[in-house]
Amino acid sequence: MAVTADSIVKPAAASRSPTWTRIKDALRRHPTAILGGIVLLLLIGMAIFAPYLGTVDPQAISPVRRLRKPSETYWFGTDMLGRDVYSRVVYGARVSLTVGLLVALFATLIGLAIGLVTGFVRWLDGIVMRVMDGLMSIPGVLLAIALMALTKASLENVILAITVTEVPRVVRLIRSLVLTLREQPYVEAAIASGTRTPRILVRHILPNTIAPLLVQATYICASAMLTEAILSFLGAGTPPNIPSWGNIMAEGRSLFQIANYLIFFPGICLSLAVLSVNMLGDGLRDALDPRLARNM
Amino acid sequence: MSATPVLAVKNLKKHFPVRRGVFSRLSAKVYAVDGISFTIKAGETLGLVGESGCGKSTAGKLILKLIEPTAGEIHLDGARIDQLPRADMRPFRQDLQVVFQDPYSSLNPRMRAKDIVAEPMENFARGSKAEIEAQVATLFEKVGLRRDQMIRFPHEFSGGQRQRLVIARALALRPKLIVCDEAVSALDVSVQAQVINLLADLQRDFGVAYLFIAHDLAVVEHISHRVAVMYLGRIVELADKRSLFANPQHPYSEALLSAVPVPDPTAKPKRIILQGDVPSPIRPPPGCHFHTRCPYAEARCRTETPLMREVAPGHFAACHLRPGRAVES
Repeated sequence: MAVTADSIVKPAAASRSPTWTRIKDALRRHPTAILGGIVLLLLIGMAIFAPYLGTVDPQAISPVRRLRKPSETYWFGTDMLGRDVYSRVVYGARVSLTVGLLVALFATLIGLAIGLVTGFVRWLDGIVMRVMDGLMSIPGVLLAIALMALTKASLENVILAITVTEVPRVVRLIRSLVLTLREQPYVEAAIASGTRTPRILVRHILPNTIAPLLVQATYICASAMLTEAILSFLGAGTPPNIPSWGNIMAEGRSLFQIANYLIFFPGICLSLAVLSVNMLGDGLRDALDPRLARNM
Repeated sequence: MSATPVLAVKNLKKHFPVRRGVFSRLSAKVYAVDGISFTIKAGETLGLVGESGCGKSTAGKLILKLIEPTAGEIHLDGARIDQLPRADMRPFRQDLQVVFQDPYSSLNPRMRAKDIVAEPMENFARGSKAEIEAQVATLFEKVGLRRDQMIRFPHEFSGGQRQRLVIARALALRPKLIVCDEAVSALDVSVQAQVINLLADLQRDFGVAYLFIAHDLAVVEHISHRVAVMYLGRIVELADKRSLFANPQHPYSEALLSAVPVPDPTAKPKRIILQGDVPSPIRPPPGCHFHTRCPYAEARCRTETPLMREVAPGHFAACHLRPGRAVES
């Protein structure tokens, strides 16, 4: 067959998957996303290397040195039990980031599984979506408090409770994606060429949900860190013996007027963490799908 | 020809329910395809024309079993397939492939070109990995793509190249029939010509039959052997290409053909302008569906549904005003 005009193209360049090319391009175009990524990496580094960052035991009580103002010795001051606030804030990053990342991971995985099944099995759709609507009609923090009241305070239960509140958002996103994707001509062409349903799900549906899922995961991560702090602040979250940003702020609340640094430093860290994750998410969203609504 | 046709469709119907209200009451039906019959012989191209919404794409999807028919029969190479459940349908899919209109959405954006073309062969275990890869390379050459383009992603191809890729995928299983649903409508004119010539070449090489669904009459005239004209869910005329274009029997075909631009500036166009709009397929008019716009309509057209009649050898039309030998529908 003769070579025709439309088969002549630019010389073969290295062929890249569209997702990764687009992520790289967009990060280049969105400096805030890069900034968010850097801050997030610093916070993760802080959490991992907490013992080597000039910290002391965050639980060590020293009544003699209580409520010291921030100084060279106590960078962020000490609390009413004489514990070093700097050490507590640095160790607190471990709790917040663990909760944020694990909730994002579990919520997306569970939501993905439920969403794929409801999108493809029509009779399940009505039932599952009504349950999800029910879950979403209760404010997330309230639902998490209720779930925490049923169990005992531990980090695992906090993660579990927040995951339950975040799953419906993922299910709704994935279900709507599956409903759109299954009508795509390439899915119909795959059916017409004899591809079996499990393979259609894995090969044609799943890869096309990854990008929006990734974006949603960043928002869930940010929202989970906030919810964890709120739960701890209300005394319904991480047990008080574990230093988390929410706990530190809760303990500092009564002394806010004489020792505002007790709330200031963990507050700054929490804001930074949430802000950086959101900036990263915004960059990813613009990179992957400009049409994707932020709070789907 | 007395041999078994590749495809025989008998009185095929698809009515979509329209549900409304809290309790999903069945309030109406869309008569998308309302009893169509035709056959396609091996290596033949049947053009299916009609305006938007007349049910031609629905007919294509019914034949591909992407949607279930309401009534009627579909025979693929002599075997009845319309009632087969999805799993039993699978082996028959090897003989029946599809080329859709939009070459952008009919390729998975996250798969490499060679994996897209290999997928049908993998589904039916047509050889080892290496054998399939070799076949993919041969197919790429057949459709006019280069071997070094095999590792690319769809977004790295132009519209025409993408449609070649779609054709390569459709050919992969060496099917007996390919449903081309507006296969060239999304391409610009010069690329359309290339793709149509490619389809014609492939028909000569592989003996594949096409059901060529289109609204562009010039394209249909070029590629088809026989042409069926559809209006509001029914076939109103079915004839050999020459016979139909030279001597349309149904008033609707007549009007449709008069709208084809003639590449001659001195020719005086004799356009037949139809009055009104196409009636809604939710409440199609009784009798002949076309009577609301037909310039020759008589009283019986409003009440009595015209049957397909053979008005000349091999030329069928469904019109009361064209007497001919009645054929079973």
